[in-house]
Amino acid sequence: MIARPMIAGLGAAALVALVVAALAALAAVPFLFEAYGLSLAINLISYTVLATAWSLFSGPTRYVSLATVAFFGIGAYTTAVFAESLPWPAVLAIAAVIGVVVAAIVGLATLRLSGVYFVIFSFGLAELVRQLVTWWEVNKTRTLGRYVFTDITAAQIYWQLLALAVLVFVAGFLIGRSRLGLALRAIGDDETVARHSGIDTTRAKVALFVLSTVFMTLTGAIMAPRWTYIDPAIAFNPVISFTVLIMALLGGVHRLWGPVMGAVPLALLFEFLLARFPNHFSIMVGLVFIVIVYAIPRGIAGLVERRA
Amino acid sequence: MLLEVTLSGVTLGGMYALVAMGLTLQYGVARIMNLSYGELLIAAAFAALWFYTGLALSPLLGLLVVPPLAFAASYAIYRVLLQPLVRRAKTRDALEVDSILATFGLLFVIQGVMLALFGGAYFSYSFLSFPLQIAGATVAANRLLALVLAVVIGLGLYLALTRTRLGTAVRAVAVDPVAAQLVAIDVRTASALAFALGGALVAAAGVLVSMFLTFNANLGVVFTLKALVVVIMGGVGNLLGALVAGLILGLVENYVAVFVDPGLTLAATYAIFLLVLLVRPQGLLGRTGR
Repeated sequence: MIARPMIAGLGAAALVALVVAALAALAAVPFLFEAYGLSLAINLISYTVLATAWSLFSGPTRYVSLATVAFFGIGAYTTAVFAESLPWPAVLAIAAVIGVVVAAIVGLATLRLSGVYFVIFSFGLAELVRQLVTWWEVNKTRTLGRYVFTDITAAQIYWQLLALAVLVFVAGFLIGRSRLGLALRAIGDDETVARHSGIDTTRAKVALFVLSTVFMTLTGAIMAPRWTYIDPAIAFNPVISFTVLIMALLGGVHRLWGPVMGAVPLALLFEFLLARFPNHFSIMVGLVFIVIVYAIPRGIAGLVERRA
Repeated sequence: MLLEVTLSGVTLGGMYALVAMGLTLQYGVARIMNLSYGELLIAAAFAALWFYTGLALSPLLGLLVVPPLAFAASYAIYRVLLQPLVRRAKTRDALEVDSILATFGLLFVIQGVMLALFGGAYFSYSFLSFPLQIAGATVAANRLLALVLAVVIGLGLYLALTRTRLGTAVRAVAVDPVAAQLVAIDVRTASALAFALGGALVAAAGVLVSMFLTFNANLGVVFTLKALVVVIMGGVGNLLGALVAGLILGLVENYVAVFVDPGLTLAATYAIFLLVLLVRPQGLLGRTGR
């Protein structure tokens, strides 16, 4: 989360102390703010996890994934179906497994080919899953829409998301220093060269795609108790994929700490826009996005680095 | 029954083929992966609806007015919004990523405008909706007319691209933009024209679709997706491939909708798409992978 030049200036111990202090401060948020502040914090941190997980895969490989909400929605629906009958850790585990299976199918089918197939496949994936869930609910369970009743409080959701955020950063940090991370950066630079240097590009891409989607699925599963009512249109709302993509791009996808820089200001901005212009929200978001694509193609992280 | 389902499948397939031909021009020639493509189809459908219910004019008149407008709008979008990206992009892959992102933003803007204007409700109008008997099967006249017009437009496009000088230039750019420059083809103009022509085609398809399908402001994404699948199935830049693949998709979807379950049509689309990706990723009529 901290720029490289600063790391060099600080000792390792000081850095650890800083991270621990920041985490402690973040963990204390539920005690410091009332309901609205806490719900805003939940929003910020869930988008932080989603945007960071998105760029975990799409940053180094430069494959634009438009399927964030497919996995988010799978997680949310898993909670809606199982939350009342199973213990909470089992619900999360089931969500993660379903997410892994779907991601592996998508990855194995498309990632051995050129990136555009992946983009197209991911483009309609949320819609496909939404229609399949709708079809299943209408024909098999004869209900459309479910109530999510759990005794999980907002503070608990917040802490779970915070833990997930820590996990996603640790995962990103470790991948960046592993052979897998190097392989992915090589793929992003030139896939043909990467393959010729003996990298199993498909395996590397699929592995990372699966990992990144697990975080998205879990975010959905953890967030589901926030809504008491859930139906396919809510769980698989394409605007979520879109906003996550904007946040990651605004922050900058080539640095682990980049997406946070996009997620925090944009989540606040969207909160404001949604409250003020509920009927013109997607126009505004689209315009914000186009401005970002043209004006800051390398994100805030790119701007910071150019200054430094 | 089977004949009727097949006929309406062919009509739907003809629409998909037309839409995919436009997209293959935009992607194959102008190298723009346009995710806002289907929004133009829905916008054209709304325009036709307005022609018919607001001005009491035939949608066929809309077919003369709407596509030229879409041509102009697409041309402007390419010049203003996309050409800076073309200039900025160092490689074809970089342009692909940039165009995906920019048109994804455009998708939400256009969709948002249509939602603000029309809301999320479904629309349709009744035009030439009397039944016709063909070889013992009953077909709605509007479907038949849409199919005939789609064939005429598609054939016209095919002849324009293969028989005229400008069409040959456009196809040359699709094959190799650098080599095309060497034989004095203005690649930028050809790309802009191809992109605009793609917009005109999808608008024409939108007018035709509005005559026999109900539509709403959210449906553009589905058409974009189907067009993309058809383009990939047929082989990028291959007009004949788009035609064959479009027909296959239309038929399969209609069979699934009638004989299995209408809720599973998109699943059928994806199943075909997966099959093509696994067996023939270069497309049914494509020569080699990129």
